Amino acid sequence: MNAAGNAHPRPLLAARDLRVRIGGRHILHDVHLDVAPHGVTALLGRNGAGKTTTVRAILGLVPRTGSILLDGQDVSGLRTHVLVRRGIGYAPEDRGVFTALTVAENLRLAERPGSRPPDYALVHDLFPELRQRAGQPAGTLSGGQQQMVAIARTLLADNRLVIVDEPTKGLAPKIVTEVAEALERAARAVPVLMVEQNLAVVRRLATTCAVLVDGRTAYAGEAAPLLADPRATRRLLGVASGSTRGGQDPPGARASAAESPDTREAQS
Amino acid sequence: MDTLVLLTMTGLGLGALYFLIASGLSLIFGLMDVLNFAHGALLSVGAYACWWAASGHLPGAGPHGAGFVLAVAFGVVTGTLAAVALEVGVVRPLYARPREQVLANVGVGLAVPALLSGIWGSDARTFPVPDALSGTVTLLGARVPANRILLIGCALAVLVGLRVLLGRTRAGLVVRAGVQDRAMVSALGIDVRRAFTLVFALGGALAALGGALGGVYFGEVDPGQGTSLLIYAFVVVVVGGMSSVTGAAAACVAVGLLQQFANYFTTAGLGDLAVVVLLAVVLLVRPRGLMGRLT
Ligand SMILES: Nc1ncnc2c1ncn2[C@@H]1O[C@H](COP(=O)(O)OP(=O)(O)OP(=O)(O)O)[C@@H](O)[C@H]1O
Ligand SMILES: [Mg+2]
Repeated sequence: MNAAGNAHPRPLLAARDLRVRIGGRHILHDVHLDVAPHGVTALLGRNGAGKTTTVRAILGLVPRTGSILLDGQDVSGLRTHVLVRRGIGYAPEDRGVFTALTVAENLRLAERPGSRPPDYALVHDLFPELRQRAGQPAGTLSGGQQQMVAIARTLLADNRLVIVDEPTKGLAPKIVTEVAEALERAARAVPVLMVEQNLAVVRRLATTCAVLVDGRTAYAGEAAPLLADPRATRRLLGVASGSTRGGQDPPGARASAAESPDTREAQS
Repeated sequence: MDTLVLLTMTGLGLGALYFLIASGLSLIFGLMDVLNFAHGALLSVGAYACWWAASGHLPGAGPHGAGFVLAVAFGVVTGTLAAVALEVGVVRPLYARPREQVLANVGVGLAVPALLSGIWGSDARTFPVPDALSGTVTLLGARVPANRILLIGCALAVLVGLRVLLGRTRAGLVVRAGVQDRAMVSALGIDVRRAFTLVFALGGALAALGGALGGVYFGEVDPGQGTSLLIYAFVVVVVGGMSSVTGAAAACVAVGLLQQFANYFTTAGLGDLAVVVLLAVVLLVRPRGLMGRLT
């Protein structure tokens, strides 16, 4: 995959001392996160570690302190839509699809009038289904199709960073593969920050990664060495590397990557 | 038969008036979760501005013909500006504090009528009605006041216009999306606050138009008019399904007709009560109103 992780180029996005308090409770303590300027950076952690909150804090969707640098520029003070217009595509954990609107309308909202024309060719190439279903209310799509809408919205505009929060959550193995393939292709053109619990997908896509434990950065660096170390992944993620999804599979199913249907599909 | 036609047209005319208030109310509620208690004040501002202009205070405006059209336009512009001022000055600063926001809106809703009666007195003022609108039109053998036709025509035009705006334009798309998930709209790079201001401005314009046409309908204007109409508009919005423009239109027809017929065939005043009963029945049978969403 991409070799850019070897050198130490300036991170595309850097979050420093990110702190979030909600209702008096500290959710993020001091998160440091670098998003590599190429390929996929994975943000990992157990359920409740603060991954989604980190992403939302970066986008200014929750009140936070700390600084956010985009391409070296301090963007901490920008309101969400202004920051996003600097070139960020975001597919949230619950997909954020407007269920009452059609597929075409959902996509149209991601267009940025005044900047380069939306890249429908790419989107329809990655997800041909969306073209056929353009007039269908997004609320009647399957979960996988809704995820495709969410990812398509991040790729339509001329973004310099795409953030996806658990794009494979709750999807059937075959759809997981499709989504992973689409992200892999997208990542060749635009850097991606991906929250993901499916380690097979992480292994396939990510060059760089960060791990959160209880609202703190516990690991940051290359993805491969971490994923190759079962003791480290068990300590940081609560699963031996090779498992597909933390905490849900019975212990027997965690033993090896090759035995998991998700993994086999994703690697084929 | 004549009576039925007249009652129907009067009920529809009243429903049209409700619609001009309720459509803005339901858009504002749907997008912003704001129950705009100051909406009646916007209507009164429009009514008084139109009355003031038509009474000869605005050069070029007057009680007849093009002068009256100009007076109505002046009322609408004034109402729009008042709505924008309300959104920027009161609603927006209190957006994170819903309780204070409601109180402030109620305050504006009380202060504006007080201000109006302070300036022009609390008694009703005769509204200048153009000759073209003071006569009657023969419809199915009945003589129907022309102002009913005007009201119904305006409400229909507004309904069509709103549906085109919501359904065919990008601004409308943003509003419909914002009704479901404001945060996601801004996460797509869209300034959702501009949609807030737009919706408030639109609501203010429609309420002010309702105020001007209400003046023609009632033949007079008084400081409390907006507030009393607002109560029915709230009923309409709840019956219609809180954030549905089409639902509000259907509910306006139902409420206007019910009120007229009940007032005529039973004791006067019972029609107003019937509206409240209708509200209770709809809430019991269909708690989310006739239509669930913004259409
Ligand atoms: N709005 C909120 N109010 C209160 N607590 C919150 C809120 N948002 C998040 N939290 C808490 O913050 C912690 C981190 O949540 P977050 O959603 O960021 O975790 P996550 O790593 O994305 O988990 P998952 O893998 O389950 O998606 C959790 O304990 C959660 O309960
Ligand atoms: Mg999460």
